[in-house]
Amino acid sequence: MGAAHGGTLSARYLPGSTAVHRLEPHAKLVSVLTFAVVVVATPVHAPWAPAAYAGYLLAVLAVAAVAGVGPGRLLRGLVVEVPFVLFAVLLPFVAGGPQVEVLGLSLSRTGLAAGTGLLAKATLSILAATVLAATTEPRALLRGLERLRLPQVLVQILMFMIRYADVVGGELHRMRIARESRGFTGGGLRGLRVVGATAGALFVRSYERGERVHLAMLSRGYRGSMPTGPSVPVGTRSWAVALSLPLAAAAVLLAGILLG
Amino acid sequence: MTAPPPSLLVEDLAYAYPDGHQALFGVDLRVERGERVALLGPNGAGKTTLVLHLNGILRAGRGRVAVAGLPVEKRSLQEIRRRVGVVFQDPDDQLFMPTVGEDVAFGPRNLGLPEPEVTARVAAALEQVHMSDAADRPPHHLSFGQRRRVAVATVLAMQPEIVVLDEPSSNLDPAGRRELAEVLAELPVTLLMVTHDLPYAAQLCPRSVILDGGTVVADGPTGELLTDADLLAAHRLELPYGFDPTPT
Ligand SMILES: Nc1ncnc2c1ncn2[C@@H]1O[C@H](COP(=O)(O)OP(=O)(O)O)[C@@H](O)[C@H]1O
Ligand SMILES: [Mg+2]
Repeated sequence: MGAAHGGTLSARYLPGSTAVHRLEPHAKLVSVLTFAVVVVATPVHAPWAPAAYAGYLLAVLAVAAVAGVGPGRLLRGLVVEVPFVLFAVLLPFVAGGPQVEVLGLSLSRTGLAAGTGLLAKATLSILAATVLAATTEPRALLRGLERLRLPQVLVQILMFMIRYADVVGGELHRMRIARESRGFTGGGLRGLRVVGATAGALFVRSYERGERVHLAMLSRGYRGSMPTGPSVPVGTRSWAVALSLPLAAAAVLLAGILLG
Repeated sequence: MTAPPPSLLVEDLAYAYPDGHQALFGVDLRVERGERVALLGPNGAGKTTLVLHLNGILRAGRGRVAVAGLPVEKRSLQEIRRRVGVVFQDPDDQLFMPTVGEDVAFGPRNLGLPEPEVTARVAAALEQVHMSDAADRPPHHLSFGQRRRVAVATVLAMQPEIVVLDEPSSNLDPAGRRELAEVLAELPVTLLMVTHDLPYAAQLCPRSVILDGGTVVADGPTGELLTDADLLAAHRLELPYGFDPTPT
């Protein structure tokens, strides 16, 4: 049931009370998003691009240090980046244009720059997102999204995903144990069929749970929109603190464009 | 001098599911204000189907339901759902908000109550189920018994006329079972408790009603019904081994 341990989603959150933790979630969301925009807007082929990446990295690491998010946690956050890494590694081989020799391999120069650029941008954005996830509880993030006027339906879907990830995960886990207790080992075509059947059963169970949750909501007077509690207005100072990360990044970018 | 209307009045209620399966065949039930009634019956008797009629989730095929004098109809639904607090069997269905406090606040906020009133009701409801410490915790971090008690708090916060519990003792360990019984025994509300846990009925409800095959087949003091071995056997109800139902 996943009752005792926090489950996959809440595991990303590191409780704390640093300046970063105390910032309002939606201010943090805006901050991370604008930071990512600045990072992505950096021209890959500019000669000063590597210097800019280094500047951005310094800014994120500074925020991580203030937030008490250690290098281990940052590295684990980068695991989601694996597909980008593969793609970036392939680029120099497939892109056209002038070639360079690296360790006896002939690589496309533009591809190399594009690949490194992609990798650097993805890494920087994910680092910022990791700090956000480590310093903000999932439900606070949701409230942030809501305050940023994300459509109610989307926020509600995300809310239910967070609430029921553990319940559904627990159900899947129990089904796997029941399967294996009856001698199932997986593998082969038969294994695939069994896994397919499990997925089907899980879908039906989740659907039925959805219906029951809906009944329970109706029973307590739900009429289609989620009632929300009071929200504290965010002061200018909080915004200034939150936006210091993207502002620093923008300054680096501007310096690159003007001086480079 | 007029007596107040009964908290719950069910008259000749019949219902068939859309697939044609007839689950209720003319149920009559009257629960006075402040009464505590156990609704007993084997699996498939129609207990949950009856519960879903009490707050208008299912609409009567025949007959009628009224809560404190107000008939359950389409235009009274919102008020009916405030008056009837249903605690469903699986607390994971009932607790869908990110934290316990927000979940308990869900009902009062749907009623459009001002925020200070919502806060006061949440605090009072959690206090009544001995869960005041849990307001900021996510429901999935609580034990099953704690979740069940929070589920009770979510309907108490609506200040209902009657609280309806569907199988409240199912899946609880002995300690969780006892803690819930302590909470329920203290509640100053009209209670309808659906169960096939006969000792629980004996402990908490002076009166019991047996539902089987979609009709009420017995209605009387719990002690009397539970000592009638033939009646129990006829409706697939069994006392646990060694349990003595004679009232003390
Ligand atoms: N959604 C449904 N559609 C068709 N038949 C149903 C549905 N839900 C319950 N039933 C049937 O109605 C009867 C009463 O069910 P229910 O009220 O859940 O019984 P209880 O709660 O007493 O165990 C059972 O025979 C059951 O199979
Ligand atoms: Mg039932």
